[in-house]
Amino acid sequence: MTSIESTDVLIIGSGFGGAIPAYHLAAGGARVTVLERGPWLRGEEFDHDFLLGSSYTRIFDFVVGDGMSVLGGNCVGGGSVVYFATMPRAPRFVFERRGSIGRRMWPTSISRDALEPWYDRVAEALPITRQTWDKIPYAGGLFAAACQHAGRTANPAPSAVDVEMCTNCNWMMAGCRFDAKRSLLLNYLPAALAHGAEIRPLHEVQRISHNADGGYRVHYRIVDGEDYRILHDEGAIDAKLVIVAAGAGATPVILQRSEPELGTMPHAVGRYFSGNGERLNTAVFDEDRVRDVLGLSRPDGRAYEAYQIGRGPTVASWDRLDGSLPEFERYSLEQLYFPPGLGTILAQAPDASGPTWFGVDKKEMLRRWQSWLTIFIMSEDDNEGVFGAPPETGNAHRFSQQMLGHGPLSYRPTENTRRGWALADADIKDILERDGLSRVEPWTNDLVGAYTVHPLASCRIGDDPATSALDDRHELRGHPGIFVTDGSAVPGALTVNPAFTIAALAERAVPAIVRAAQERGVSVSYGAPSPDGSTSGRRAVLAR
Amino acid sequence: MRPNDSEHDPERTLVLEAFADTIIPGEKRFPGDRSVAGVSAGGGAVAAGAVELLENPAGGLAEGLDSLVFSLNDHAREYAVAHDLELDPTVPPFVALPFDHRTALVADLTGPDHPEKQMWVGLALFSNMAFDSAAHLRTSEALTAGHPGLLTIGYEQPQADGIWRFESFSYGRQLADLHPDTTATGSPA
Ligand SMILES: Cc1cc2nc3c(=O)[nH]c(=O)nc-3n(C[C@H](O)[C@H](O)[C@H](O)COP(=O)(O)OP(=O)(O)OC[C@H]3O[C@@H](n4cnc5c(N)ncnc54)[C@H](O)[C@@H]3O)c2cc1C
Repeated sequence: MTSIESTDVLIIGSGFGGAIPAYHLAAGGARVTVLERGPWLRGEEFDHDFLLGSSYTRIFDFVVGDGMSVLGGNCVGGGSVVYFATMPRAPRFVFERRGSIGRRMWPTSISRDALEPWYDRVAEALPITRQTWDKIPYAGGLFAAACQHAGRTANPAPSAVDVEMCTNCNWMMAGCRFDAKRSLLLNYLPAALAHGAEIRPLHEVQRISHNADGGYRVHYRIVDGEDYRILHDEGAIDAKLVIVAAGAGATPVILQRSEPELGTMPHAVGRYFSGNGERLNTAVFDEDRVRDVLGLSRPDGRAYEAYQIGRGPTVASWDRLDGSLPEFERYSLEQLYFPPGLGTILAQAPDASGPTWFGVDKKEMLRRWQSWLTIFIMSEDDNEGVFGAPPETGNAHRFSQQMLGHGPLSYRPTENTRRGWALADADIKDILERDGLSRVEPWTNDLVGAYTVHPLASCRIGDDPATSALDDRHELRGHPGIFVTDGSAVPGALTVNPAFTIAALAERAVPAIVRAAQERGVSVSYGAPSPDGSTSGRRAVLAR
Repeated sequence: MRPNDSEHDPERTLVLEAFADTIIPGEKRFPGDRSVAGVSAGGGAVAAGAVELLENPAGGLAEGLDSLVFSLNDHAREYAVAHDLELDPTVPPFVALPFDHRTALVADLTGPDHPEKQMWVGLALFSNMAFDSAAHLRTSEALTAGHPGLLTIGYEQPQADGIWRFESFSYGRQLADLHPDTTATGSPA
C-alpha cells in the first residue's frame, strides 16, 4: 500500500451536495478533494445512442430495491448531468409538513422565506430562468391545453436549460452534448477546480474511519472504467472534515458500513427515505381529438405526434399545491418525457384485454408511441423507505456492466402515500380523458415496485434527534466533523422537483461547514462570489 | 434475421425467442417458425434482436441464460400438466406452449408474489429493450438498417451527422392560464 494522502476537506460525491461545498471551500482557501465513483465525461462525449456502453449507461445508475427502484447519476456532476433541469422552488406549505411523526419535519430555522436567498444564489450560479410559452415543446403545450380545457391552470416550469442553445433532442438523460443544460460541469465544478480542488473519478468510497487526531480516514476502491462490476486497488485519504454527498440512495449505505469503526449511527441514518411521492401515468392521445377539441396543429399539419421532441418536463400543473388541503393530498402534475427502454416497459396499455405491460396490446400501444404523453406525479409520501444491511461494496450489487444493480432499500407505500397517488391518478384521468382526448393508465408498480428519480430524506436534517440524523447545520449527530449535504438531508417529499431545494440547502449549509473547518485548524473563509463571478447572490446572503 | 444464428444450443435460442416473442410479439419470420407465434403484424422483440441483446455480456444476464432456459422449460412442463395440455415433444416445452399459455405463464412468473420474479422481470426488461431501444446496436445505424422496433414506435431519424435536432418543436403560444399564485421567479408560492 502507498502512504496515506491527506487533505483538509474530503467530499464524497460530485452532484449538487458535493459540488457546491467543493466550490465554496476551495474558493475560501481549503484543500478540497472530491471522490466520485463514476466517470468524467464532457461535451461531445455525451452520445445520442441507446447502445449499451454509450454515455447513457456509463453515467446512469438504476438500483432495484425491494418495493422501490432508484434512478440517479453516476459520473462527475452526479444527477445534474442526467437530470431534466426543471427547477421550481418548493411551495411554502412543504416546510410545515409533519409527515407521520407528529411534529414539524423541518428544523424550525428553515422555512420557504429563510431558504429564499439561498435559492437565489443557486439561481444565479447555474443559472435558472423563468420560461416562456413560445419555447415550450409540443408535449408541454399539449398538457397545458388539456389542463386549460379541464378548467385547470398550467405553468412553464423554471429551468436550468439555456433554451437558445437547446435542440430539443430529448437525449438529456444521456448528458447534454450541446452544453445547453446547465449541469454542474458548467459552473460550480470548473470554478472549484480553478481554485485548486481535486476531483477523482472512478473512486468509490466504501467506508469512513476515525483518526486519533479527531479527523477521519476515507477508504475507497478504484472502479473499472468500463465494467463497473470490477473494482481495482483500494486506497485511503485522511481529512480534517468529511462531507458525504453520495446521494440519498448511497449516503446512508456508506455511513451504515462505517458504523463498526465510527460508532453508533443516529437512528435516522438509512430510515425515512422518501421517493418524493413519485408516480407516472402515460396517456395515448387520439390525434383527431387533439386537433378538434384542443385546436392544436403543428406547422406540418400533424396535431401532435411529438412525444420524442423536447427537453424532458417543461409544463406543470400546480392546482393541487394548495396549503389548505390536508397533508398527503397535495401534489403537482408535470408533463414528462422518458426515453424508450426504461421509459416504456412499465407503461400499461389502456383497455388491454390481456396483460397490460407486455404482449399484444402493449405492442399496439407502442405503435402509437409518438402520441404518448407521460405525466409525472410528485406527491407527499410517508417517508416509508428503510435501508437493510449494506452490500459488500458501493450501494448495490452490480448486475450489468453498467447502470443496473440490486440494492438494500425496501419501501412499502402506506395508506397515506397510496391515497395521494390515487387522487392524482384520478385527477390525471379527469384532465386527459375529457371529450375522448386520450386514454390513460398509471405505470405498473408490480415489476420493480415504486420508482423514483428523486431519492430523498434517508439521512435527514431536523430538530428531533429521534427522527433526524443531522442537526440543522447538516452535521451528523454524534460524529462531529462529518456533514451531509445531498438529497438525503431533505426531510421529506417536496411535491415538486427537488434539485433546486437540495442545492439551496447545500448553499445554506456552507457557512457552518466553513466555521467547523476553521475550528479544526483549516485556513478557510466564506464569501466567494457566484462561480462566474457574479455577486448579487453573495451580497444578499452576507447581508443577513 | 435468421433463426438460430446464435453460437449457442439452437434449442436454447428457440426458448429465448419464444419468451421474447411473448413480451413483444411479432410475425413469423418464415413458414414453420416455431418460436415466434405470429400473433402480431410486423417484427417483434425477436426480429429486433432480443437474443443478441440477452447474450451480450454487458447486460448481465448472459451467464445465467442456460439456467433460465432450463427453469423456464421446467415451469412450462408443470404448467402443461396443471392445464392438461399435450406438448409437442419435438420442440422445447416452453416453445410447445401456444401463445396464450406462454402469456399466462409469463404473467405468473413476473407476478408480484413469484419468488423468481426478479430474474423473469430482468429477461422481460431486456427483451423489451431490444425492441424499443435496440440497446445492442448504435441507434442511428439501427434506424438506417430498418430496425423493426425503432420503426414501429416511429422513432424519428437523426440529422445527417447522426445527431438529433428538432427545428420545429413548439406550438409557440400560451395554452393555459398560469396558476394565480405564481411568484416572480416562475415558481409556486
Ligand atoms: C433522469 C433524471 C431526471 C431528473 N430530472 C430532474 C429535474 O428536472 N429537476 C430536479 O429538480 N431534479 C431532477 N432529478 C433529480 C436530481 O438529479 C437529484 O435530485 C439531484 O441530482 C440530487 O443531488 P445529490 O447531491 O443528492 O446527489 P447526486 O446528484 O445523485 O450526486 C451523488 C453523486 O455521488 C456519487 N456517488 C454515489 N456513491 C458514491 C460512493 N460510494 N463514492 C463516491 N461517489 C459516490 C454518484 O455517482 C453521484 O455522482 C432527475 C434525476 C434523474 C435521474
